[in-house]
Amino acid sequence: MDFTQLPAILTPDLGLLFWMLLAFLVVFGVLAKFGFPAIINMVDERNKFIDDSLRKAHEAQERLANIEKEGESILQEAREKQAQILKEAAESRDAIVEQAQQKARLEGARLMEEAKIAIEQEKKAAIADIRQQVATLSVGIAEKVLRQNLRDDKSQMDLIDRMLDDSTVK
Amino acid sequence: MKRLKSLIILIALALLPLSSLLAEETPKTEEPLNISEIVLEHLADSYEWHIASYEGKHISIPLPIIIRSSHTGEWHFCTEHSLPAGFFFNPEAHGKIYEQLPDGTTERPLDLSITRNVMQIWIVVALLLVVFLSCARWYKKHDKTSNAPGGFVGAVEMLVMMINDDVIKSSIGEKHYKPYAPYLLTVFFFILFTNLLGLLPVFPGGSNVTGNINITFFFALCTFLAINLFGNKEYWKEIFWPEVPLFLKAIPLMPAIELFGVFTKPFALMIRLFANMMAGHAMILSFSCVIFLGWTMGVGLGIGLNLFSILMLLFMNALELLVAFVQAYVFTMLSAVFIGLAHPEHHAE
Repeated sequence: MDFTQLPAILTPDLGLLFWMLLAFLVVFGVLAKFGFPAIINMVDERNKFIDDSLRKAHEAQERLANIEKEGESILQEAREKQAQILKEAAESRDAIVEQAQQKARLEGARLMEEAKIAIEQEKKAAIADIRQQVATLSVGIAEKVLRQNLRDDKSQMDLIDRMLDDSTVK
Repeated sequence: MKRLKSLIILIALALLPLSSLLAEETPKTEEPLNISEIVLEHLADSYEWHIASYEGKHISIPLPIIIRSSHTGEWHFCTEHSLPAGFFFNPEAHGKIYEQLPDGTTERPLDLSITRNVMQIWIVVALLLVVFLSCARWYKKHDKTSNAPGGFVGAVEMLVMMINDDVIKSSIGEKHYKPYAPYLLTVFFFILFTNLLGLLPVFPGGSNVTGNINITFFFALCTFLAINLFGNKEYWKEIFWPEVPLFLKAIPLMPAIELFGVFTKPFALMIRLFANMMAGHAMILSFSCVIFLGWTMGVGLGIGLNLFSILMLLFMNALELLVAFVQAYVFTMLSAVFIGLAHPEHHAE
């Protein structure tokens, strides 16, 4: 085949092919070993790392949301408990007051009763005393009257007779 | 290179007063411009790295020539100025080195010269290694918990991951893409860097590498091997015994078509990249030539065509930036798609 009629760029050239092969093998060998894998592997790793980080971030967010929810529920519970405690406290306060009032009332009543009894006894003692004094006075007066009336024997005899009559009649 | 020269000339012209321009008549003795020849010459490989020409003097970097005489079996190392006796640049074969044999016939020696394209390829290799190994060092120093890289490393990472995830992984499939990813990434960045450097008009770039059929043939061959060496059983079954009515495969009609397809796929890859890059370079070179063509036709036409060319050059360069990326992307994506096709899952009946 005669290539001399073709333009130079269409002419086969063994030297050019040889050097091209050599150059390409050099560049391919070096870049396939040290060039491209370094870049591609790193990018793949980075992509994986980013995916991982995203997933972790999502998880953390979820956990945070859970924690928030939990915190809220705890707060709610605390509030409820507080209300309950307050209610209980009010109740027990009322009960204590009530009890105290009751006790006071009872004590008062008891004290009154005791006072009444004491007064009654005092009254009775006073009455007995008065009665005795009245009796003593009456006896004295009666003695004096008798003594006045029985100054002679005849009146004495009359009295004895009357008394005897009284006793016998009965 | 022509482009840079044209730009410099244009800037210089803009600074000069118009009267001096008018006084400076274009020499009529110059032979007419043969644009297609100039363009093809600039697209072709060469044994030196031409930078600029000034008043007939060429400024260029000589590149090492390595040839092995097919006659004596002797290796020669030289530059184009010190070509050993018996060897010559054959103008009928695009200036390639030929050997004059004692019996009067000429023969092509084994030529492993570091030509401009080879030099360009090694510059790309060096650039790729520097870029990706420096990035890899960043990754070695950091672990997954550190922030994503910013700046240059971040841009490289973004590009790598875009090709890896959106092109390779989605085209081949989640299950099989891993072993092919380094190859396809290397191909993508190799083509991208070569394309972009090819757009530079001066030394570290400017060589039309991906617009050379040898290079695209090499890439296509690699992809062809990657597709067919590791294709699974289902893939070969679909080629040689596809699920079509028996009469279509008894006379091996479908298998023949399928087998043809095995070769057309990488062939299309080869031609697509080659044609796109070659066409882009050719367009830019042509518009650069229009500037010189304009000046040979007179000052007025020269200025008019200059403006037109500059606009078109700007447009083409911007377009080529896009094409440089798109072609690397397309080559990688189609390679990945073809590799993916070689790993079909068993059809669910």
